[in-house]
Amino acid sequence: MYLYDPIDQRIVDERVKQFRDQTRRFLAGKLSEDDFRALRLRNGLYIQRYAPMLRIAIPYGLLSTRQLRKLADISRRYDRAYGHFSTRQNLQLNWPRLEQVPDILAELASVQMHAIQTSGNCIRNITTDHFAGVASDEIVDSFVWCEIIRQWSTFNPEFSYLPRKFKIAVNGSIGDRAAVAVHDIGLHALKNPEGEIGFKVLVGGGLGRTPMIGHVMREFLPWRHLLTYLEAILRVYNRYGRRDNLNKARIKILVKERGPDKFREEIEAEWAHLKDGPSTLIPEEIERVEKRFTRPKYEKLESDAVLPPLPGFDAWVKRNVHPHKVPGYAAVTLSLKKTGVPPGDVTADQMDAIAGLADRYSFGELRVSHEQNLILADVRSRDLAALWREARALGLATPNVGLLTNIICCPGGDFCALANAKSIPVAQAIQERFDDLDYLHEIGELDLNISGCMNACGHHHVGHVGILGVDKNGEEWYQVEIGGNQAPGALGKVIGPSFARADIPDVIERLIETYLEQRDSEAERFVDVVQRIGIEPFKERVYGNAHQRASDRERERALA
Amino acid sequence: MATLIRGRRIASESAPSPEQGEVLRLEPTDDPASVADRLGRVARVEVNFPKFGDGRGFSIARLLRERYGYRGELRAVGQVGRDHLFYLESCGFDAFLLRDGEDAEEALAAFNDFSESYQASVKRPLPLFRRRG
Repeated sequence: MYLYDPIDQRIVDERVKQFRDQTRRFLAGKLSEDDFRALRLRNGLYIQRYAPMLRIAIPYGLLSTRQLRKLADISRRYDRAYGHFSTRQNLQLNWPRLEQVPDILAELASVQMHAIQTSGNCIRNITTDHFAGVASDEIVDSFVWCEIIRQWSTFNPEFSYLPRKFKIAVNGSIGDRAAVAVHDIGLHALKNPEGEIGFKVLVGGGLGRTPMIGHVMREFLPWRHLLTYLEAILRVYNRYGRRDNLNKARIKILVKERGPDKFREEIEAEWAHLKDGPSTLIPEEIERVEKRFTRPKYEKLESDAVLPPLPGFDAWVKRNVHPHKVPGYAAVTLSLKKTGVPPGDVTADQMDAIAGLADRYSFGELRVSHEQNLILADVRSRDLAALWREARALGLATPNVGLLTNIICCPGGDFCALANAKSIPVAQAIQERFDDLDYLHEIGELDLNISGCMNACGHHHVGHVGILGVDKNGEEWYQVEIGGNQAPGALGKVIGPSFARADIPDVIERLIETYLEQRDSEAERFVDVVQRIGIEPFKERVYGNAHQRASDRERERALA
Repeated sequence: MATLIRGRRIASESAPSPEQGEVLRLEPTDDPASVADRLGRVARVEVNFPKFGDGRGFSIARLLRERYGYRGELRAVGQVGRDHLFYLESCGFDAFLLRDGEDAEEALAAFNDFSESYQASVKRPLPLFRRRG
């Protein structure tokens, strides 16, 4: 956990004061609706379908139990005693009152939290691998670099009114678990042959209306140049990114219009002026930030404990327990994807209970994953069975991590004013259809992602199966794509015309049947099969059947 | 009524005399490089902010100050509101023509919204991490 120093705290306190004054001026009629929108958004406050929505920052997904208890407390006192963990590792409250938001921010500041830049046309929360610091394939602890970028991006005077939102992801391990290819900027840590740390820099990836895979701007950027290089990218974007059309304002469009090579030249030309300037990082600063992170005091354990044979426990260990770099420890996913509960939702009581688990089993810290689950990163393997029993009693031990029912899902039309269609009921219908655990495990690894509109908060483009809510003459329809992948980044392909909501579970079932028939072994995942044989066989199966059903219905009508 | 703030105080406007030079006005699409050689001979440079959310002028100001060495009055004009002032000043503006309807007295408080910044800027040429000592 990064602990604020007095300056970090002061800046957050001053933000609370500033926002309190902005709210006061708005309520007094001194700030127009439009101007206040631009200001409140950069504090995470949306006006939603039924009420305001407040998005609270959880920088790079790292949370202490003290903070989680405060979130539970806030959700009870200012909201309806629950919260929603989002795909950007933040927490959203769906029912706060506008005039109470300054008080909520003051409460957050008391536990070193805030809602700074969780929305608006500015640099958003930096995201990373939820196994940072514990992964066995780690190159650097990405939390340190995320915090350095967080400070640089917080109230950056030059880059606070960008053409559009800006998302940066950092991955610190060999494997990419931060989806760096689908961010405005993706940073993948590397070590060069001399042992120096640096980053591969990707620019112009993203989801949303025009999904794109990022282009490599630099194969290896030495760490000390990180901020000046970011400044060069942001300056080119701030000056030349399109501002005439909201849908073409992301940096990916600029990169596409210029062409990646021309864009790289522009960045390099700008960087030539900034390189080795005052923003060049120094070892003392890296060390200082590293030292402000609390570290678990691991026990010296010989090796991993032998796990007891308990019914149900095996499946959970297989799916929800992950390797750890320290012998005798494991990382555990607490699933927020129980059938019947909107993905990512937790009640205040669950938050308190989870804080209890993290205190007793994982050094008082936890992480939010972009898959909308919670991670206890430092659990002794000999405690796994006890933790499993407790988590199960709380409804947090669904053994479905990496499986079809671990659905990533945005709040959709039930809450969000932007949505074209509902997404939560679709997720639930699929979870109900695939409720046989043995079958789920047989299907194996499958990411299913749902977004209620093309803004793609549910990351549907990079789901092995992606579902997108679309509006057709005021009716809700759903487009299905397959073959997307988070890392290495690949975008799904639409299989054909969209479906009514009620048909979606059938469609998924047809896709799965096709996969099971076509796979050469259990090791070949759904997405591998799509990439090997293409979407045609899947398409034929789904639409052939849909066609069949339509003619069946016609026959029934004719007979009636 | 639009109010002019200069040197963190409400100021009155007087037209520059001919020997002070001309007033140069830059739009968000203008490249400061194209006026670099004239900067020594102008009375002031105005940078226009046509919309509340258009942040191109922030980069233009930093370039004028940091790359092209402009030292004279740098004035933000257009949709300039109280909530921009802190950032504008950090990027090198020292004069601000507030848009109509802004409460000038309240606006002056904006310069003190934050007592510290993490980044290097025109106002604080060294980032916080080089000033910690």
